[in-house]
Amino acid sequence: MNRTTHATHDSQAVETGWLRLADIAAFQHWSAELTQAWDESRPCVKVCDGTGCRALGSQKVLSGLRAACQKADLPIPLEIVGTGCPGFCECGPLLTIYPQKISYQKIKPNDVKEIVERTLVGGEIIERLLYTDPLTGEHIHREPDLPFYNKQLRQVLDFNGRIDPTRIEEYVALGGYRALVKALSELEPKQVIDEVKAAGLRGRGGAGFSTGLKWEIARQNIRRTGTGYIICNADEGDPGAFMDRSVMEGNPHSVIEGMLIGAYALGIQDGYVYIRAEYPLAVQNLQTAISQAEEIGLLGEDILGTGFTFHLRVRLGAGAFVCGEETALMASIEGRIGEPRPRPPYPAESGLWGQPTVINNVETWANVPLVIQRGSAAYAAVGTEKSKGTKIFSVVGKINNTGLVEVPMGITLREIIEDIGGGIPNGKRFKAAQLGGPSGGCVPVEHLDVPIDYESLSQLGAIMGSGGMVVADEDTCMVDFARYFMNFTQEESCGKCVPCRVGTKAMLATLERICAGYGEPGDLDYLLEMGQHVRDSSLCGLGQTAPNPVLSTLRYFRDEYEAHILEHRCPAHVCKGLITYSVIAELCTGCMVCLRNCPSDAITGAKQQVHAIDPLRCNRCGMCQSVCKFDAISVN
Amino acid sequence: MIELTINDQVYKVPPGRTILEACREFGIPIRTLCYHPALEPYGGCRLCMVEIAQPGRKPRLATACTYPCEAGLLVWTDSQRVKTSRRLTAELLLATATGAPEIEALARQLGVTTVRYCLPESDACVLCGLCVRACQEIVGVSAIGMIRRGIAKEVSPPFQVASATCIGCGTCVMICPTGVLTLEQITDYHSPHRQLRDGQEVYLDCELCAPQRRMGP
Repeated sequence: MNRTTHATHDSQAVETGWLRLADIAAFQHWSAELTQAWDESRPCVKVCDGTGCRALGSQKVLSGLRAACQKADLPIPLEIVGTGCPGFCECGPLLTIYPQKISYQKIKPNDVKEIVERTLVGGEIIERLLYTDPLTGEHIHREPDLPFYNKQLRQVLDFNGRIDPTRIEEYVALGGYRALVKALSELEPKQVIDEVKAAGLRGRGGAGFSTGLKWEIARQNIRRTGTGYIICNADEGDPGAFMDRSVMEGNPHSVIEGMLIGAYALGIQDGYVYIRAEYPLAVQNLQTAISQAEEIGLLGEDILGTGFTFHLRVRLGAGAFVCGEETALMASIEGRIGEPRPRPPYPAESGLWGQPTVINNVETWANVPLVIQRGSAAYAAVGTEKSKGTKIFSVVGKINNTGLVEVPMGITLREIIEDIGGGIPNGKRFKAAQLGGPSGGCVPVEHLDVPIDYESLSQLGAIMGSGGMVVADEDTCMVDFARYFMNFTQEESCGKCVPCRVGTKAMLATLERICAGYGEPGDLDYLLEMGQHVRDSSLCGLGQTAPNPVLSTLRYFRDEYEAHILEHRCPAHVCKGLITYSVIAELCTGCMVCLRNCPSDAITGAKQQVHAIDPLRCNRCGMCQSVCKFDAISVN
Repeated sequence: MIELTINDQVYKVPPGRTILEACREFGIPIRTLCYHPALEPYGGCRLCMVEIAQPGRKPRLATACTYPCEAGLLVWTDSQRVKTSRRLTAELLLATATGAPEIEALARQLGVTTVRYCLPESDACVLCGLCVRACQEIVGVSAIGMIRRGIAKEVSPPFQVASATCIGCGTCVMICPTGVLTLEQITDYHSPHRQLRDGQEVYLDCELCAPQRRMGP
């Protein structure tokens, strides 16, 4: 069980040959042993091996590093660990050298040799790989000093970036599965539910329903029927959202432990994780984690000799957004078409295969061990009166520090955007942030100081959602922004009910017309009326929330819609039907670069003569503007 | 018995009834399209929308065909909100089924005067799902289903190949509210159940299609 014997551990392989933990005492002994052996100050190199960094080449960095370290003459043997995503995706691949916690960023495979020679062997810091503060221009050496992490409160994401997610020992060494053992040995099932209720934990999937209350209702039904299911909804599908993916990739055991505690509290023996097949690494890490937990006796029959049995199965989804809706998700698990059905009956009453079912999303399950381990009072100390704990957001779009952030509830949007997110790139101005993905709404600049909690956000017409945050700057056209999300929900509508199937299509067609410059004065009333109708009359949450991006942009940016329709003008110069490119005669040097690059041969002119753009041939691709070195192309 | 209030009048119904069943029993009219008493409620067409309120909670819209009668529930079958919802749903239905006289008549009755958006391509199928459900629940063969999703959704035999499991009973055609479905779209004429010999349709007996044939045209 000694950690150091696995120094060259391959993340693909699953450890075998463990002894099954016979009882709680055996677990406690093992856990204490691992914790004692865990030494945060031992020298090692941790490289983010999450999907984001992998896309940027972290696997080549990892293999290069392992090879180079074997060859190099290192003062002490060095462990090289591939970890889950710590969140700073903008600067990936990320590499942290322990014990000093030197943080190197945007590592390329070519940098590996230099890192080994200069830093690992020579003990010298390579300045060009450090994070540079955009404001002060200073290099920041240590990971904890990065402003990106400073204002975060990392509870759920705490182990991401610290442990190898494919090794159960590392999770246990840091206190993993102790919440389960606490529940099994000290708490009655009802007390577990009371704790979750008292902690004020609310569903992190969107609606924010009280998790404890949901469990309590389900438990009554389960006692009646004698059987039921719990499901982890890992069908994260919002554009630009990757919170749940990162939790499952970086810390899958926290989700398993949460589900175990839930199963114990509810008296359930079977659970499912419904995860989309587009998340191969998350699926792989989760399956590794499940088989490790089964082998060691933390999952399966007679867990730790307590008589408690829980089987967890993984079901892969084919990527339909609507399958994130709980009734559609259950239909999909049952092998039917992923279509929602009307509620009632609610899943807590009649869910999977007609049995009482509790569905929570990944982040909610991952919060459960924290509630039990720390106790409801300590958990509830973080957050606002009605929204407790932390929330993970994936901050994307027009923002400097794209990535995953975990913040305490009640933090203001401004702090997330400006302090953690590092503000808007290229000195542009912030315009709005879309919260809750295609089901949510936007928060404009005048409400930047809104505290992040369920109630405040819904008052503004946005939602907490599962935590997607898309930032728009002054160059974003809000009509086009709404059109983008409408296009998404329209394509993802299952088509079962009329308002969602046809209503979203009708709204999208109207938005497309407005963006193309053919908007009519009645269009806004139509969008409002139809938006309200789709929201009111659709069958499931997808349709009921689909008009939100349109309704909220109409609420805050009506002037932009009006400019498109009444003045035939796109204020942000985005909508192609409403912009024209022209040459500024005073600035044009007649270099012919734009002329040669124009894909539709719309530019005429000769050397050292002012060029001209034929608006009829121009396809508004913007190529001329991006290649012109003299800023001689204007858009109107 | 459960006591609930429909249109400000108190009614008593046995437990397990839906709002639609209760209303039909008391002679309160509610328009439906995808509902059929012999089939499981579907809740897809959204025409049977009623406004409901649980005591102390905000009123909301729900489909009468799926919502069960609850004690103390307040139901309005003809409020302004309900009328608006039905009218807009009918307008959207008409947008996908221009030229279907049944849907045109229905829309007219529900107050639709203009259709502000029309699908570029439309046929008379309104995807009410009656044919698919009848084939599954009554006939028990599932020779047809729904394929694709959203606006591209359509009724089709599996893999869009004429179905060999279709027994040619015609239930789907009979139940179709717009008459858009024909047996030719579904049935594989080479199926062992239904064959053409010398220009005559010949049915081969099996436990499913034999009784259908005896009932005859």
